[in-house]
Amino acid sequence: MTLVSYVLYFATLTALGLGLAVWMQRVFEARIPALAAIDRVVLRSAGVDPDRQMNWTAYAMAVLVFNLAGFVLLYALLRLQGYLPLNPDGIGAMSPDLAFNTAISFVTNTNWQAYSGEAQLSYLSQMAGLTVQNFVSAASGMAVGVAVIRGFTGAKDSGLGNFWADMTRATLWILLPLSILLALFLAQQGVPQTLMGAVHSTGVEGAQQIIPRGPAAAQIAIKQLGTNGGGFFGVNSAHPFENPTVASDLAQCLSILLIPVAFCFLFGAMARDRRQGWAIFATMGILLLAGLAVVHFYEVAGNPSLGLGANMEGKEARFGAMLSSLWAASTTAASNGSVNAMHDSFMPLSGMVLMVFMQIGEVVFGGVGSGLYGMLLYCIIAVFLAGLMVGRTPEYLGRKIEAREVTLAVVAFLSMPVGILVVGALAVTMPSAVAAIQDPGPHGFSEVLYAYSSATGNNGSAFGGFGAGLPWHTTAIGLVMILGRYAMIVPLLAIAGSLSRKTRAGATAGTFPTHGPLFVTLLILTVLILGALTFFPVLALGPIAEETARAAGQSF
Amino acid sequence: MLTHLRPAITLTLGFTLLTGLAYPLAITGAAQALFPAQANGSLIESDGTVIGSALIAQSFTQAGYLHPRPSASGYGATPSGASNLGPTNAALIASVAERRAAYTAENGADAPIDAVTASASGLDPDISAENAAAQATRIATARNADPAAVQALIAKHTTAPLLGLYGEPVVNVLQTNLALDAAYPLPK
Repeated sequence: MTLVSYVLYFATLTALGLGLAVWMQRVFEARIPALAAIDRVVLRSAGVDPDRQMNWTAYAMAVLVFNLAGFVLLYALLRLQGYLPLNPDGIGAMSPDLAFNTAISFVTNTNWQAYSGEAQLSYLSQMAGLTVQNFVSAASGMAVGVAVIRGFTGAKDSGLGNFWADMTRATLWILLPLSILLALFLAQQGVPQTLMGAVHSTGVEGAQQIIPRGPAAAQIAIKQLGTNGGGFFGVNSAHPFENPTVASDLAQCLSILLIPVAFCFLFGAMARDRRQGWAIFATMGILLLAGLAVVHFYEVAGNPSLGLGANMEGKEARFGAMLSSLWAASTTAASNGSVNAMHDSFMPLSGMVLMVFMQIGEVVFGGVGSGLYGMLLYCIIAVFLAGLMVGRTPEYLGRKIEAREVTLAVVAFLSMPVGILVVGALAVTMPSAVAAIQDPGPHGFSEVLYAYSSATGNNGSAFGGFGAGLPWHTTAIGLVMILGRYAMIVPLLAIAGSLSRKTRAGATAGTFPTHGPLFVTLLILTVLILGALTFFPVLALGPIAEETARAAGQSF
Repeated sequence: MLTHLRPAITLTLGFTLLTGLAYPLAITGAAQALFPAQANGSLIESDGTVIGSALIAQSFTQAGYLHPRPSASGYGATPSGASNLGPTNAALIASVAERRAAYTAENGADAPIDAVTASASGLDPDISAENAAAQATRIATARNADPAAVQALIAKHTTAPLLGLYGEPVVNVLQTNLALDAAYPLPK
């Protein structure tokens, strides 16, 4: 039965991804006249000629300026929310460090939550602040993803496209329609969507309760589709108001992976060689299923120290261990970060798999757009390794991979170890930072490791016991979120720009094919060796040490 | 940089109006028109006052009621919360053992795992079907009702897995307790 459930789920996901990729290609190539006409009006009013191609520096600069504008507006909104309308529960200003952290978090598509929504955000901040960044940070990632694809697959000197046009099209014709559908479905399932404030109730036995509400369905839809992940309520999609039923759970879980899956097929379509897209899809799919198998095994087997049965601490009864495992693997593989169960209470090796998905750079489907360009980074390194082995100049999609591309790929790759290992190491040595740790023993170390892996990978999920609100962490985590986002985007656009200036040669007898099982195997090994081995020592101190102790019957 | 400033500001403001105001307000209007009960929080009223939400757990301690899962936030919803304790945390292991002993003493049955572990939200409205069934005898005794009839009522309020494939069989605590009150009133 379990196998049937998973097969049906992943078959549905693949079919939806294939369909969406066809639509996305038409949108990004402006092939639908009626929509293109609307784009043109919108973009003209912003002073943009949508047909004007950008080189990689202009594209990168446009991304940075746009995200900076979003940051400034969101920061201002969070600081001033107490004086602004749509605040029925009378919530005051956020502190400067928390507002900095939150604004960075949403602009970089991370949605790390050092706050609790129902207690610290007005409805205006949720809607005009967070929901907006949920859309446009996702659209920024999708735009960069499409620009990078153009650089890799387009004709010589054909340019990377126009950021404003790509971002606008992603928002208007992909994210918005899908969000409307999902939001209405969620509202039907029981997710609140109201501007009225919290309800005071007196329970059957007389207990007083304050039931928070709000315009949640609209925000939750885009939080999943845009791999954002920031919940309307503190406990995110574990909250019965964010995720009331099994049907709402499956719809959200599919939405988390939908656009990242479609990006694989979009890549194949734009490369005019669908096999290239399938190879990337297969690589990501195999890694996801391998990780999911581990999480499922440990969560269903449960924690013998707590008694027989699945590991239900920090899980909701309606989802049980299976749907919680599926969600946990999906949300960390895709850089979503919403949760329907508390990862902090997962078994040690399940937690390790979730961390590895983030540490390898969110390339197992990953964020919308960003997952694909992250995997293309590993493709460059994989063909470089293959080239070294056979003694030929490496090529990818008919273009020579040379010193410049490999250097840039390594620079981008280094953002992960710098954010996780260097800044994470500081965080476990500073007394003002260590205070955030909740659990004793190796699990406490895992809490810090998870936090910095999540922030650098722009995931946003957490081991929730970690006290993310300490000013040391709001600041340091804010900085590594910037590092994890832009130290990937800028070098990747530079690689795309450099490749787009090269002639695309046809395949010869000596070309290493990048679509068969051999390449998929090589790519998986590259991800595991480069990504996972970088972090093996630090994983040994956290989850592996904890599992070893647990197996020996030790507690802390 | 300056050439990008105008589109950056114009589009940020434009998308704020579209996705930050028009979109959530349109969804609010549509949801309020189509699904008003759900959109307002699936509230349950009795004699004109709100007694809770079908989706949000509330505390039940009397013997005549189904008891919800343990809540790390004490069934408080602002903010919601889990224990977030790790699997090797001695405090977690000790509190689970304590809850297990209390459950067995109360129900005369071994505790299913969901009855002794804290939920993710602290507001889990459901318990496993197994957990509900184990509480039936205690409830029947307190209400002077036939245990088999209480079991049947619980079975009627059990939600099966979706398509028989996804999720676990669960019982909504508040709705089932209200049905119990209607069918077998508590002795005064």
